[in-house]
Formats: sequence, structure tokens, C-alpha cells
Amino acid sequence: MSIDSPHPGISRRSFLIKGSLFIASAGGIISCANPLAEKKMEMAGRIAGGNWKAGHLLTEQTRLSPLETERTGIVIVGGGVAGLSAAREIMKKNQQDDFLLLELESNTGGNAASGSNAVSPYPWAAHYIPIPGREAVFVRELFEELGVIEGYNGKGLPVYNEFHLCADPQERLLIHGHWQEGLVPQLGMSDRDKRQYDEFFGAMERFKKARGNDGRRAFAIPVDHSSRDPRFLRYDAVSMSRYLADNGWDSEYLRWYVNYCCRDDYGCRMEETSAWAGIHYFAARDGVAANADSHAVVTWPEGIGWIVKRMEKDIQPHIRCNACVFNIQKLGDELAVDYHDVRRGTTVRIRSKAVIYAAPRFTAFRTISSLRKRLPSYAGSFGYGPWMTANITMQGTPEGKGAPLSWDNVSYHSDSLGYVVANHQDVSVRRKKTVLTYYYPLTSGEPAAERQRALQRTRQEWVELIVHDLSRMHPAMERSIEAVDVWLWGHAMIRPIPGLIWGAARQEAMKPIGKIFFAHSDMSGLSIFEEAQYRGIMAARQALKTTAAV
Amino acid sequence: MAYALLFSVFAISTCGLVYELTAGALASYLLGDSVTQFSIIIGVYLSAMGLGSYLSRHIVRNIISVFIEAELLIGLVGGCSAAILFSVFETAVHFRPILYSLITLTGVLVGLEIPLIMRVLKNRFEFKDLVSKVFTFDYIGALFASLLFPLLLVPHFGLIRSSFFFGIINVLVAFWALRLFKGEVIRPRALAAAGGLLLFLLTAGFIYSEQILHFTETLNYRGNIIYARTTPYQRIVVTREQDSLQLYLNGNLQFNSRDEYRYHEALVHPGLQAVRAPKNVLVLGGGDGLAVREILKYAGVDSVTLVDLDAEMTKLFRRHETLLRLNKGSLNSPRVTVINADAFVWMKENDKKFDFIVVDFPDPSNFSLGKLYTNTFYRLLYRALNDDGVIVVQSTSPFVARRSFWCVVNTLKSVGLKTTPYHAYLPSFGEWGYVIASKRAFRMPGSFMADLRFVTPETARLMMEFPPDMGPVDTEVNRLNNQVLVRYFEEEWSRYVH
Ligand SMILES: Cc1cc2nc3c(=O)[nH]c(=O)nc-3n(C[C@H](O)[C@H](O)[C@H](O)COP(=O)(O)OP(=O)(O)OC[C@H]3O[C@@H](n4cnc5c(N)ncnc54)[C@H](O)[C@@H]3O)c2cc1C
Repeated sequence: MSIDSPHPGISRRSFLIKGSLFIASAGGIISCANPLAEKKMEMAGRIAGGNWKAGHLLTEQTRLSPLETERTGIVIVGGGVAGLSAAREIMKKNQQDDFLLLELESNTGGNAASGSNAVSPYPWAAHYIPIPGREAVFVRELFEELGVIEGYNGKGLPVYNEFHLCADPQERLLIHGHWQEGLVPQLGMSDRDKRQYDEFFGAMERFKKARGNDGRRAFAIPVDHSSRDPRFLRYDAVSMSRYLADNGWDSEYLRWYVNYCCRDDYGCRMEETSAWAGIHYFAARDGVAANADSHAVVTWPEGIGWIVKRMEKDIQPHIRCNACVFNIQKLGDELAVDYHDVRRGTTVRIRSKAVIYAAPRFTAFRTISSLRKRLPSYAGSFGYGPWMTANITMQGTPEGKGAPLSWDNVSYHSDSLGYVVANHQDVSVRRKKTVLTYYYPLTSGEPAAERQRALQRTRQEWVELIVHDLSRMHPAMERSIEAVDVWLWGHAMIRPIPGLIWGAARQEAMKPIGKIFFAHSDMSGLSIFEEAQYRGIMAARQALKTTAAV
Repeated sequence: MAYALLFSVFAISTCGLVYELTAGALASYLLGDSVTQFSIIIGVYLSAMGLGSYLSRHIVRNIISVFIEAELLIGLVGGCSAAILFSVFETAVHFRPILYSLITLTGVLVGLEIPLIMRVLKNRFEFKDLVSKVFTFDYIGALFASLLFPLLLVPHFGLIRSSFFFGIINVLVAFWALRLFKGEVIRPRALAAAGGLLLFLLTAGFIYSEQILHFTETLNYRGNIIYARTTPYQRIVVTREQDSLQLYLNGNLQFNSRDEYRYHEALVHPGLQAVRAPKNVLVLGGGDGLAVREILKYAGVDSVTLVDLDAEMTKLFRRHETLLRLNKGSLNSPRVTVINADAFVWMKENDKKFDFIVVDFPDPSNFSLGKLYTNTFYRLLYRALNDDGVIVVQSTSPFVARRSFWCVVNTLKSVGLKTTPYHAYLPSFGEWGYVIASKRAFRMPGSFMADLRFVTPETARLMMEFPPDMGPVDTEVNRLNNQVLVRYFEEEWSRYVH
């Protein structure tokens, strides 16, 4: 595999090399490029994604030489969950002001970005977190601080704030013209299908309890706490679909469901997903609660954006947004971090003792000077899948025959992942309007080709595609739709293809380069909140150790 | 004349398609699932047309007369079809057979007409021209109808009125044919008389379609409707049966004035009488003001706050004269503050404390209402209750929905409230349940106001007795993230109703 071919400016995470310079795409929102094309489906809305203007701005400059120089202890590059977690850890541990967080976009959050309108706040990507299990200590601590966990009962089980636990009904699936409760297909199942369900879920249950010869759980969150027993690691060598085939599980429904899960969590079809990652989805989560079952999740109208807002509160003075880091190099004992201020058009150099690199790992091949000069052999292992997400504001609620409107609503017959109701947690009896967050991992072809195709579509074309898909779930729904906002994620998620998680590349990429410590969730090979937070905290601890030693 | 007849092909085809579309639309309104309904209707209609065409070979004499008779019949059946279907929907046990018979009959008659016209015209055109002309007009008529229907008829006329209108057109076509073929028709007078009668009937239907719609609704209620209104939240209907009044919300009986005093006395007095010197009272739901009427009997109560979602509802019970007599104008009392808000949202914001809280919501029949019976909501009640205060919750029938009732009890307990379940017999509803919840142990009062018609120390004592068939059962706690109560409730009531 190669790095997905970079693309001029438009996508959010893409870089372009021109001469000796690279062009970073700053984030932001571009409004609909072709408002006249909207005649047919007149819906308000906009398309968001990369700010290509910022990209051009950079191309026009032949040489970026820093005008100002500043000094700080630690620089954090990237203000997603990983970067914010690192910042909080530094605050907590050394209680001093000696660090800076540089974020490319105008807001922090990264893949946990959110927006809002008159009806409700809504997520642009990450929207929920399953209740944390044994190993996810940092998530539990964070939840305690934020009041998501309110205390512990007599048996030591965490008591969750019930406004944050996902309200019932949680999931429904449209299949054969009928909405059923839950996402595992039930309608029209033969005995053979049912037997395979039992076998498959039975196997997952056993993996959940399994421990390796090193005493660790076979599959854990964080990934690094999982057992290294080859008995389990061997699953990283094959694909999830291969694993199903090897076990004789050929039920169409079961395969649909497993494929859905892979696309949902990893943006990757099961043919491309490592079986280790695929099993991890089912076997790693073992959270318990006093007032919820083990499948429970916590969620908010703005998704994980709710956490992001609270995380950044204490560290606000240390955050610089619109700061596109384009060069990191050694300078004597120190590190120089150069960034371009996208708003002001200036270039700034920051000299620091250590760097926490919390931007996507593939960007390091362009920003860190030593990697730029010699592309490491592992670079090709990091591939990313594109996604399209949309927020749809409608009058009333989308109902349908069978199970009532749920939090997560999926159609068996659609290539999208359906929609999540952003204002599901709203306690009022009647909702006049609803915001639906629509998810679509673009997995039908090679990521690079899909990314290209996605960027060529106009907003109008996206709107038509979305409305058409929704109308198949809810006939005549387009009449109730008021606005459709679209977001394209060029490099949304790292793809856990076979070999990525337990192969040599990830181990190599995790190693610090001098005093640059890598924190992004990419370093786990799985794109989930828990991993991003874990990476951020661990990198901060490493960085603090070196700076303290200095 | 030939072109006049061709024009009638156009008219017939337009009318026929309008009836088909009306039936399709009606079936999707009433039965849901528009794709299925429309495709079945279209299938039935088309095959009935085929049947009509087939039958036309058996008509050998008096072709013109049969044509006119058929036309009048289409006018009658098609014209009245929407009104008939609307009125029988609620009452008919077998709605679909009626629907499909009407559509079949219309189809057969329309299917009969085209071959008959072709036979009338057969000597006036060459065969190839005839076929081409007749079908051209037929299809243009269909196109016309299919555009007219969604763009003009449904939005401006409504279904009932549109079908009457096209019934009238069918009758007019019949009259026209009668004139064209004056000499050839047998019994022209009788046909003209029948046509006149139909015209009158259909025109009346067209003019009074509003009233017909209203009438179709009255068939669903036993009493006479004295008030009906659709609000953003619900359909409110008040009926009168002899000297009693009934309130229905979305077709479900809320109270009958014959025995509502039992319900409301039992709801208010055991709890409120037990509070020492109650001052501030909160009522959640209960926009009819009947619970407030009972509360205002306590002179010491300074302030009653009523939170009801529906402003139309509270407005009705503050203005309607007959209803004011029933609730004694309680909602207009200066001691009462009416707030139209969602109770959960309001409680989340509320920081006032109350001595007595009445929770009188509709039964937990769906997930939206189920939220108002969760531990999370009860925690908000707990917060709003003075230490000596009392809460009372209407909690469905412990006889019909035993698990649901005890689920409410157990959920209240789970937030640290002490519970006292009780029940009363209401002729209109059957055995009905309530739960008193308080921070301190509750004791049923030994005496009540003198002028109560139902609650006395003796009945109150009986109310707390639960015979074995309604006795306590173990249940889960109802939470936002499991909504077990809605599941219990649905299961228990569906078993009872079927
Ligand atoms: C559609 C979608 C749905 C998801 N749903 C869920 C979910 O429900 N639950 C869940 O747990 N996870 C979900 N995830 C995954 C989750 O969002 C991520 O794992 C997590 O947010 C990643 O955080 P991060 O900090 O590691 O990386 P990122 O969020 O990628 O943060 C990296 C940050 O670095 C910035 N940056 C990049 N380049 C530069 C530069 N040169 N200079 C400065 N800054 C730079 C970026 O702007 C960004 O803010 C979802 C992801 C997607 C795409």
C-alpha cells in the first residue's frame, strides 16, 4: 500500500508538494460552490471540509521564513482529542504555563468537531463513546471529572449520569420494508442464519473473556494493553471476511452485519479490515455500570464535541488556532516548530524542549525535517479512508413502519450507515424539528480514487444522493427537509488493514524521533476516542519526563 | 357528434383516474404504507377495467342507454366513494373489502364505457382512426387527471370534495349523451330524472363536504361532538352524551363528567390532606383544571402552578362555558398560574419547592411519554419537593397493567422516595392506580373534607388494600436508557384489548 495520493488543497488532511515546499490545507468551511445548481432541490445548507484558499495562499509564497520567534517548554501539534488530552495532562502534572498547542483549523476538536443550528447542536463525526471497560482507566477518570460518572455504588460499579447515557430506543434497522429493533438483522432469518449468529456471537463472547499467555486480555482498549500472545495476534494477518469464511460463516445477513460494523468503526470494508481489528470491535468492550447494561454508550447532541468543549476550557490560553505547522527541526538542544498563521498570513517559529505530535501520523512525513529528507520505509503502511457526513434538519421526525425512531437508524438496503438523531437525548415529549447526522464511509473503491470522486461532486449532487437515500427509508421525506449541510473528510480514519496494528510499521512509527513524541490515535491503528486520549496522555508523560530531566 | 363523444372519452377517463387516485390516497392516509396501497389499488382498478371491457360483449342491445346508465352509476359510486370510505373507516370491521369493492365497481363501469363508445362510433371512422382517436383521448384524460390531482385537487379541494366534483362531471356527461342521442335512448325521462336526483345529491355532497367530514368523526364517538380541534400536540374532542361530558385526546377517553370526581378526588385528597399547612402546589399535566378544582378547596393553598404542554387545552378549559362549569373556573383563579411548557424541560430548569405535586400525565404508551415516568424525572420531582411534602402520580390500571403499575412504584422507590400505592374504582375506566411518594413516611389521613362524594376515611382505607390479582410484582426500574415501562405497558394493554 502507498500513502493515498495527495490532492491539491481541498481535502482537509491533504498535502501537496511543490518544489521544496509542501502545502497544507487549513480547515474551515467553504460555502456551496454553485448555488445556481440548486434549483431542483432547494434546500438550505453548505458544504464543509478543507479550506482550499489557505492552501493557495501558501503556494503563492516561495519561501516561508519565520518572522517572529518565541520560546516554550513543550509544543503540541494538533488539537484533536489526542492533542487536548496531552495538554490537560501537562496542566495536571506540572501546573505550569510552559506549553503551547497549535491547531490548523479555526477550532479544536479534529475528528470530534461539532456544529449547531437553531434546532440542536450536532456532531460532524465522532458522536459516542461506549462505557469504558477495565483497562480504559483514563476514560473513566475523565468521566469522573466531567460528571459523566456521578459516583460508584456499593458494589463499586460506576453510576452514570442518565442524561448522558444513550436514551432508549437505541437502534433500529430497516429491512425488507420494516423497521426492526436492534441492528443485527432478525427479519427473514433462516435457521441456518440463526445458527451462524449463535456461533459467531458465541465466539466473540469467548474472545471477550480470553486471556493470553502473558495474562492480558486478548482484546483490550487501549490496544496496547492487549495480549501479545501469538494465538490472538495471528488474526492480524488475515482479513475479517477471510476469518468469517474460515469458520464457514457464510450467512448473508451475518456478513452484512459484520461488514457494517467494520465500515462503521473503521471506515473499511471487512475484506480490507484486519480480523484482529474486526474481532476487537466485538470483544474489547467490557464496560459495566450500576445503571446500564454492558452495551451502553454515552452520547450528547454535539457528540464527542461535548467533551472537547469541556477539555479545552482549562487550557484555552495555551491554544493557538489557524496555526498550520509546516516544519519541525532540531536546532541545537532544542526543537524549532514553524507554523503559518493562516488568518494573519504570518510565519512564526517556536523553540521548545519537546514536541508532542498529535496531528495525523502521515503528515509527519512532510512536517518533520528528518522524515521529509528520508521517507521512512514504514510510510506506505499508513492509509486513510474518506468519509462524507451530513447534518440534515427536518420538520417533525422520521418514523416508519415497525420500531419507533431510535438514536441510530440504519437501512440494510443502503450503502450509507444511515443516520443518528442529534437531538435524541432531548427529554421533551414532542420534537418539532429533528437534526439527523448522516454517515457515509466511501468504501466502494480505492481510498485515493474515492477521495478524488468525492471532491468532484458538487454540493447539489451530494444533497441529491443523501435525499434519495433517505427517501428510500422514508418515502416523501424530502418535503420535510429544511437544510442539508455536508462535510467531506478526505483522510477521516486510519485503515486497520491486516498487518497494520501488530506489524513492524506501527512499532517503528511510534518511536519518538529525538524529543518528538507521537500522540495521534493513528498510533493505535484504530480511530476511536479512547485511543486518541490514551496516546495523548502517554505522549505527554514521555515529554514531561524528558523536559524535567533537562 | 363524433367529437363530442370523443370528448366524453376524455371526461370519463379523467374521472376514472381521479377516483383511482382518490382511493389510493385515502388508503395510504388511513392504512399507511403508500407504496403498497397505491400499487394494490392500481392493480385492482386496472383489472376491474379489463373485466368491464370483457363484460361489454354481453351488451348487444340499447348500447346508448346502457352507456348512459353506466355513466350515472359511475357518478354515484365514484362521486360518493371518498365520503363513504372516510365514514366507514373507524366503524367497519372489514374496511379493505369495502375499499376494494368500491374500486372494482368503478373500474368495471369505466372499463365498460370505452368499448361501448367504440361500438357507437364504429361506423363513423375507419377502424384504425377510431382506435387511435379513442385511445388518444383516453390517455390525454389520464394525463390531465394525474396532473390535476396532486396540483389542484388535493391541496385546494380535499379528497371528499374532489370526488363529489367528478361525480357531477360524470352525470353531466350522461346528460349530454342523452341530448345527443335523443331518439335512440329508451326511457329517456326516467334516465333524466335519475340524473337530476344524482346531480342534486352530489352537489349537496360537494357543498357540505366539511360537515360530512365532521359527521364521519362523530360516528367514532358515542356522544355528540361539542368541540373538536387539532393542536400541534393532539386532537382534542369534547362530546356530550345526555347530561354528561367526555374529553378525548387522540381518540382516548380522558374523563367522563359522570364519574370524573371519583378520579380527581382520589388523585388529590389522600395526598394533599396529609400535608400539614400546604402552601405551594404543582400540577404537571391536568390541563383540564379538574385536579386544580379539588386543590383550590384547600383555603390555605396560596399558589398552584399548572404545567401543561398544550396551550389550546388550557385555553379551552379557561374559556368554554360548559367546561368552566365542570372545573368551576379553576384555571382562572388568581391563585393559579398556568404555564404551557414541556414538563420535563420545565422541571430541569425549576428551582422552586412545593408542598404537594400532582403528576397527571397520559399513560406511558410511547417512548416520548415514557420519559416522564423515569427515575431521572422522579429525581427532579424529589428535588422540587419540600421535606414534608407529598407527590402523587397517576399510574395506569394495576388490574390491566399490573407490572406497569408496580414499575412506577419501584422506580419512585429507586430514587429514595417512600411509596404508598393505592387504587380506586372508576366506572368509565375500571380499576385505576395511583402512587403517593414522599420523603418521610406517609400516613393516610384519618379525616377528609366533608363535602367529598367519593373519598372518605373508609374508602381511603380500602383504596390501600391490594387483592392478590393486583398485588406487588418485581420489575426493573424505568430509566431513560431502558424505557422498560413502555414495553411492559404495551404488552399488558395489548393483551387486554385483544
Ligand atoms: C466520521 C467519523 C465518525 C467517528 N465516530 C466516532 C465515534 O462515534 N466514537 C469514537 O470514539 N470515535 C469516532 N471517530 C474517531 C474519532 O473521531 C477519532 O479517533 C479521534 O477524534 C481522533 O482524535 P485525534 O486527536 O487522534 O486526531 P484528529 O481528530 O485527527 O486530530 C488531529 C488534529 O490535528 C490538526 N492538524 C493536522 N495537521 C496539522 C498541522 N500541520 N498543523 C497543526 N494542526 C494540524 C487537525 O486539524 C486536527 O484537529 C469517528 C471518526 C470519523 C471520521
